[in-house]
Amino acid sequence: MKLKNLVKKAGALGVACSMALGALSVQAEETIKVGVLHSLSGTMAISETTLKDTMLMLIEEQNKKGGLLGKKLEAVVVDPASNWPLFAERTRELLEQHHVNAIFGCWTSVSRKSVLPVIEELNGMLFYPVQYEGEESSRNVFYTGAAPNQQAIPAVDYLKDELGVERWVLAGTDYVYPRTTNRILEAYLKAAGVAEEDIMINYTPFGHSDWQNIVAEIKRFGSTGKKTAVVSTINGDANVPFYRELGNQGVSAEDIPVVAFSVGEEELSGIDTGPLVGHMAAWNYFMSEDTPENEAFIKTWHQFIGDEKRVTNDPMEAHYIGFNMWVKAVEKAGTTDTDKVIDAMVGVEVPNLTGGTSKMLPNHHITKPVLIGEIQDDGQFLTVSSTDELVPGDAWSNYLEGSKDLISDWTAPISCGNYNTKTKTCVGAQAEQ
Amino acid sequence: MNPLCRITPRHTLHALLLWLICLSPLQVSAQTPESEPDAQSAAAPTTAQPSFEQLVQQLAGGSLRERAATVKQLSSQRDERLADIFNALVAGDLLANKEKPPTIAIREGEKLTDALTGTDLTGTERLRRIPVNNGLRTQLRGQVAQLNLSHPNTDKRYAAVQRFIRDGVDEETASLLRAHQEVEESGRVQDAITTALAVFQLQSGDREIRLAAIDELSGSLEQEARNALRGIAENDADAELRAAATEAIESIQGRISFYRFVENLFFGLSLGSVLLLAAIGLAITFGVMGVINMAHGELIMIGAYTTWGVQVLFPDLIEWSLLIAVPAAFLITALVGIAIERGVIRFLYGRPLETLLATFGLSLVLQQAVRTLFSPLNRSVSSPEWISGALNINPVLSITYTRLYILIFGLMVFFALMLVMKRTTLGLKVRAVSQNRAMARAVGVRSSWVDALTFGLGSGVAGVAGVALSQLTNVGPNLGQAYIIDSFMVVVFGGVGNLWGTLVSAMSLGLINNFLEPYAGAMLAKVLVLIMLILFIQKKPKGLFPQKGRAAAD
Amino acid sequence: MLTQRLLLSDRGGMLVLGLVVLMAIIVPICNLALPSSSPFYISNFTVGLLGKFLCFALLALSVDLIWGYAGILSLGHGAFFTLGGYGMGMYLMRQIGDRGVYGHPELMDFMVVLNWEELPWYWQGFDMFWFAMLMVLLVPGLLALAFGWLAFRSRVTGVYFAIITQALTYALMLAFFRNEMGFGGNNGLNDFKEILGFDLAEKATRAGLFVASAISLVLGYLACRYIVTSRAGRVIVSIRDAESRTRFCGYQVESYKLWLFVFSAMLAAVAGALYVPQVGIINPGEFAPLNSIEMVVWVATGGRGTLFGAIVGAFSVNYAKTFFTTYSPETWLFILGGLFVLVTLLLPNGIVGLFDRFRRKGDK
Repeated sequence: MKLKNLVKKAGALGVACSMALGALSVQAEETIKVGVLHSLSGTMAISETTLKDTMLMLIEEQNKKGGLLGKKLEAVVVDPASNWPLFAERTRELLEQHHVNAIFGCWTSVSRKSVLPVIEELNGMLFYPVQYEGEESSRNVFYTGAAPNQQAIPAVDYLKDELGVERWVLAGTDYVYPRTTNRILEAYLKAAGVAEEDIMINYTPFGHSDWQNIVAEIKRFGSTGKKTAVVSTINGDANVPFYRELGNQGVSAEDIPVVAFSVGEEELSGIDTGPLVGHMAAWNYFMSEDTPENEAFIKTWHQFIGDEKRVTNDPMEAHYIGFNMWVKAVEKAGTTDTDKVIDAMVGVEVPNLTGGTSKMLPNHHITKPVLIGEIQDDGQFLTVSSTDELVPGDAWSNYLEGSKDLISDWTAPISCGNYNTKTKTCVGAQAEQ
Repeated sequence: MNPLCRITPRHTLHALLLWLICLSPLQVSAQTPESEPDAQSAAAPTTAQPSFEQLVQQLAGGSLRERAATVKQLSSQRDERLADIFNALVAGDLLANKEKPPTIAIREGEKLTDALTGTDLTGTERLRRIPVNNGLRTQLRGQVAQLNLSHPNTDKRYAAVQRFIRDGVDEETASLLRAHQEVEESGRVQDAITTALAVFQLQSGDREIRLAAIDELSGSLEQEARNALRGIAENDADAELRAAATEAIESIQGRISFYRFVENLFFGLSLGSVLLLAAIGLAITFGVMGVINMAHGELIMIGAYTTWGVQVLFPDLIEWSLLIAVPAAFLITALVGIAIERGVIRFLYGRPLETLLATFGLSLVLQQAVRTLFSPLNRSVSSPEWISGALNINPVLSITYTRLYILIFGLMVFFALMLVMKRTTLGLKVRAVSQNRAMARAVGVRSSWVDALTFGLGSGVAGVAGVALSQLTNVGPNLGQAYIIDSFMVVVFGGVGNLWGTLVSAMSLGLINNFLEPYAGAMLAKVLVLIMLILFIQKKPKGLFPQKGRAAAD
Repeated sequence: MLTQRLLLSDRGGMLVLGLVVLMAIIVPICNLALPSSSPFYISNFTVGLLGKFLCFALLALSVDLIWGYAGILSLGHGAFFTLGGYGMGMYLMRQIGDRGVYGHPELMDFMVVLNWEELPWYWQGFDMFWFAMLMVLLVPGLLALAFGWLAFRSRVTGVYFAIITQALTYALMLAFFRNEMGFGGNNGLNDFKEILGFDLAEKATRAGLFVASAISLVLGYLACRYIVTSRAGRVIVSIRDAESRTRFCGYQVESYKLWLFVFSAMLAAVAGALYVPQVGIINPGEFAPLNSIEMVVWVATGGRGTLFGAIVGAFSVNYAKTFFTTYSPETWLFILGGLFVLVTLLLPNGIVGLFDRFRRKGDK
């Protein structure tokens, strides 16, 4: 019988809770809500926690400037706990329970894929700040990270043209981003006249720690007299043992340089950078960029986080750009109505942190500079090459069989994420609408 | 660095100067087109040329491209400060401030000296590192290599010769090498010089010399030798030369595949030693005491964090940090282990499944505690100098010191533990309690005390393993999880309660994994090993070396 | 007679089942019939959440059946759950047809990216619902049969069994992470469109799935109850308490354990199949050993050895997880970890046992 009592009590508590929530939502009418969907626990917390803090900082700064449309911004932070189904669940919570106007979040591709159906169903807005494999375009998602043509291809061009690399090792962790990127690069290199036997492709599991064999093989592959480079899409935790092994086996950046797409300032802060000096990374932003905007951003960040040693990195800049674009688009639309803001987004221009002005394109990707930097022993990058102009992001790669005829254009009259330029039709699920 | 070391670059500089003086008229024609601007500047009237000091000060500013040009100009200068400046620039130890003209300083450890005047600096000059990139570094290394041919360090000389081979040997370098060969003591460098000369002779017009060179190269494992031979085997007009080169390549390949086998063997043993280290603490707690400690991985993690802590607390003692960390990690994790045993596990003896769940809970708490205390980011643990680099046995076989030391360390820990178990009173008591608790108590063994100590011992060993792993992988909150399943598999595969079994099983798993990897890929190799293990355990549930007799009964 | 055996003698179970049935009726009504402004309106989010809990409860039931009654601790039940989920996921993927981003009539998007020419053989037939459902039951069932047959026959028990089941799910996770396996690698299967012709984005479809989960839970409960109250059930309990003695009494201990294990695996697979369309994604992360251990904690917290305890445990731990990861993400692992320790040390019979103890005190 006690059980029944307890059930009653639990029920009462539940009602009280929901009433409290209700009260909150009444009070919240005054504000514009921004959802922050980054893992704060689990394996991805290592990267995503920083982005949550970045968002809180940006929102605080905006509020200091007087908010948006005369209202204050309010951050709604939820924790999807590095669990992919939870990403979908939390998105639904953000949109249905909290009625947020925009969501800034996700890191891994799988988390974005998990969120995608929900955000489309409930017609929300997601700003995705991480470099990714492309091959996707949604009306409700804005990709502020780099597409492959804004990171991978310029990096390979640099190696090919500036360093005279003729032999290529494409090493990656076995998941969709490296797979797609390497497939694009393989096609790109072959189109540039690189022979099949001059490309070595290797995949390893997440968190791979025993690199002896692979590094020895890379060494052998690079010992034929032709200049060899490694294009690394190795993810997160596997990088430290990889670079350590490279250093120990005596592979220096001068012999076989490694250019990485997933190693940034934050990752470097947890590594002994000694063996990495001279290896490279391609990003759209480096903390070492010497511009007034960047200096101000770093200063604000250090004040906000209360730690002078914390670094800034590329996805943080992507959130900075994405957030400012959203603010501008809301101001332009004069409302937070999702459809109007989505339409207003295209064409919005905001300054980025590297001295240029990024623009939101009709395919919901942005223009970004591509920088190639060499790792220095203080964990920062020395920019050795940067594109003269900003590179527009390309949703569908021209080097993949399935997507070479596809484009994305969310403005009238096409208004389609995967429009086939040959057949002049919109393919896939959007064909029905 | 002691003062002796500082003198040596100057010595080498003198050698270079002599060499430059001898060769400078020839250099213009002999070098690659890259050096053309160099030639122009050398030819230009000296009045227009900036002074050495000005050039060095130019290094501080400007773009990377301008800096490269400055380096080129500098390299034609004959100043004895040059070697130190170049060496510092390569190492990233050349600093400058934003004054006009800038102060240029060389950093050696904590000490700062003015690169031009040689006076000591106070460190208040707001100095920043002069950035260098790969291109510049390669250029500088080329310069430094020439300086290094008479370096006292064998590796440096060897690298210098290799760079000569790579950059192409011409008449002048050849004569320089011939001259050096006579005074060279190291066999390795001798061989490299012979190879370099033979590679040079391959380009000769005389067929006999070329054939002799091919014969010479067929004994060489240098990759450049192989490339040169391959070039002849594929493209040369002379059929006999082609045949000779092909034969030489085949004989080289035979030797290479032998060394590759040796290398694989070492890789396998090295992976095995990592598994051994990760599992050996578990072999005590699980194997001897029968406690399923799912928090074992986290104890390893605590050991790794201890290494980091030691390096943070004593930043001046990086070289010694590992030696300090081993006992520190042992003590800390042993204490944590004893706390776990006293706090949780002792209530659960005889209920292995409950122990499993409770310790798993503890592992989550420990992980999150580390995240909260030290942030979820990985910690940077640096490697002391003596553990970095590789032991170069020959051009195709080199063994990295980190792996070698870890292999030795793993075996040392193993035998030390064997000794403790077999030769000490504690070991005797541990074995007594694990075989028959009641009887042990009856003869006066304080079994609960022994339990705590045994668990502490197993945990301490896990911490020591963490020190070793901190040299290989990330030090972060997830470190432990990466090893826990593997450790259990090693112990179960080897046979619970048998330390030798753990050794054999760790080494054989390491070897199997490594020999599978080239064929199946890293991912599939791991899956295959796991499936093999599952099947094996189902065939022989008590592992490779099952315990016999009374202790074997549950 | 059967009602007496299954329900009436089991007051706690009746209460829990009653609540589940009540939920299955009220939740869809409040979700579908009421306007969202109504105070009694239940949002889609809550429906999804509760639906997920129902699947977890069914999963917990399957773990409790073998652990609580036969004493077999499996730390790899997530493997069967996930395999079931993949079966359903493959069906849902085939339903996408040419609506994928590349508009390919037959291949999945990830196959197009990998440049595959044709559908792998093991994807054949999954466009038919009945076939997919058959596979949802058969594949995990056969895996459990093969695995159990090998393990029980060689008398792998206790912690050894726990460790190799963990290795099993770990091996499956690594294998499914491989893109060449043809299950979408790390991304898994997602972006589902419809099930049996019903649009998955529709409220009514989701409510339907919710009701289906509730019904499955009730049926699963009754089936488990039927087993544990049968003669075979008593043999199983005696195996748990004294395996050798039961064997000496002439019972075929191995076959009892084996069939129970297979049934439990299939139950877990059904839970997985119901889980996938409700959360919209299945990927190898679900194989992670941590997930499998968490399931055991649901059961331990609820009270092992009572079937309804498993349901109570699944609901309460998962509710706590949702609550804490929302309001205090930092503390969640402390709480979960603490729960493991506390439950094993202080509450060997879980929440249900706690109530029992109170009641007995009250009776005195």
